[in-house]
Amino acid sequence: MNINLTLFAQMITFAVFVGFCMKYVWPPIVNALAERKAKIAEGLAAAERGHQEQALGEQRALELMKEAKVSAAEIVGQAQKRATDIVEEAKSDARTEGDRLLAAARAEIDQETNRAREELRERVSTLAVAAAEKILQKEINVDAHKSIVDSFAKQL
Amino acid sequence: MAATETLTAEQYIQHHLTNLTFGLHPEHGLGLAHNSAEAAEMGFWAINLDTMFFSILLGGLFLWFFKGVAERVSAGVPGAAQNFVEWIVDFVEDNVRGSFSGKNPMVAPLALTIFAWVFLMNLMDLLPVDLVPYLFGQFMALFGADPHHVYLKIVPTTDPNATFGMALMVFIMVLYYSVKMKGVGGFLGELTLQPFGKWGMPANLVLEGISLISKPISLALRLFGNMYAGEMIFILIALLYGGSFVLNATGGVLQFVWAVFHILIITLQAFIFMVLTIVYLDMAHQEHH
Repeated sequence: MNINLTLFAQMITFAVFVGFCMKYVWPPIVNALAERKAKIAEGLAAAERGHQEQALGEQRALELMKEAKVSAAEIVGQAQKRATDIVEEAKSDARTEGDRLLAAARAEIDQETNRAREELRERVSTLAVAAAEKILQKEINVDAHKSIVDSFAKQL
Repeated sequence: MAATETLTAEQYIQHHLTNLTFGLHPEHGLGLAHNSAEAAEMGFWAINLDTMFFSILLGGLFLWFFKGVAERVSAGVPGAAQNFVEWIVDFVEDNVRGSFSGKNPMVAPLALTIFAWVFLMNLMDLLPVDLVPYLFGQFMALFGADPHHVYLKIVPTTDPNATFGMALMVFIMVLYYSVKMKGVGGFLGELTLQPFGKWGMPANLVLEGISLISKPISLALRLFGNMYAGEMIFILIALLYGGSFVLNATGGVLQFVWAVFHILIITLQAFIFMVLTIVYLDMAHQEHH
């Protein structure tokens, strides 16, 4: 319990400890704390910004949806109109085609009729000749009387 | 192992209150003091090896631990050690910010060093009062020393040299910053021109002088007195040991109760020393107080 040289030794020790602490211990820790504080503040600000951006984005999305609805309705209208047009076109096409087919069929029928008529005419003339042969009981020279038969056949 | 047959209670207490003093004795020459009288006869040019060893050990421990954390410190998610260190640093920084209005990058590290160092030195008080001195005595006995004359005080703050050492350094800083901030004239004016104006100069000087001198003395004596008294109570309780079973049990319970209470005291004293240092330095930095 005597005051002795320990006093000065302790003073020096204390000064050295304080100096060491001030140079190597305190600054890095306090800097890290300040840095973390800044980071947290930054994070909070970013979160706030994020919130705002989200609100903006939602608004924008709503606007886009509204726009999309309008344009979709427009497109549907156009499509319906186009569909009607197409149907009308198809109808008229079909009508034309039908007419054409009808005309063709009619022409064919006419042709068939004519051909049938020709054939019939020929057969009837043959039959007539055959019948005349039988009636006359005598052979008529077909070649000699061909002009007569033909004129007959034409009258049918 | 406390009050053995060979030691009276008085000797036991005396033994615990004597430092391991190394110095030049006028008769026995250079060496360790064999009793408190010899330590006193060595006069000023002696050194308390135990105080020096434990204070440097504990201060080194503190700086080693904090430096280790400071090297790996990250602003990201802190680990357990960093969390602990940050908790203390934050606590000290809060106190400095609350009490110290000036700008001085030295005050906060100074406060941290004081708080941690004083706390650790006080903490040695919680080790069983006989444990380390007994082990050290047995250890020295291996080298032929008489264990009853091997002294060891493991609580540096019960040595006034340690507390006055710190308080004087604080006092030197108070004087240095007083002069640096206010100039020699300002500082002298503060000492002599208030509270009674320039016609009451002698009275002012006495009042302000006492208030100035009382700062380091109260700082040192408060810490020393608290720790010395706490240590003394541990020693007195330890005197109960070695008797009947009832006395031993009572001593054990009392040691525990006092140790629990002492946790409060050691923390409080470290805190008070730190806060007063901050306040004194703040006063040194201010123009008027």
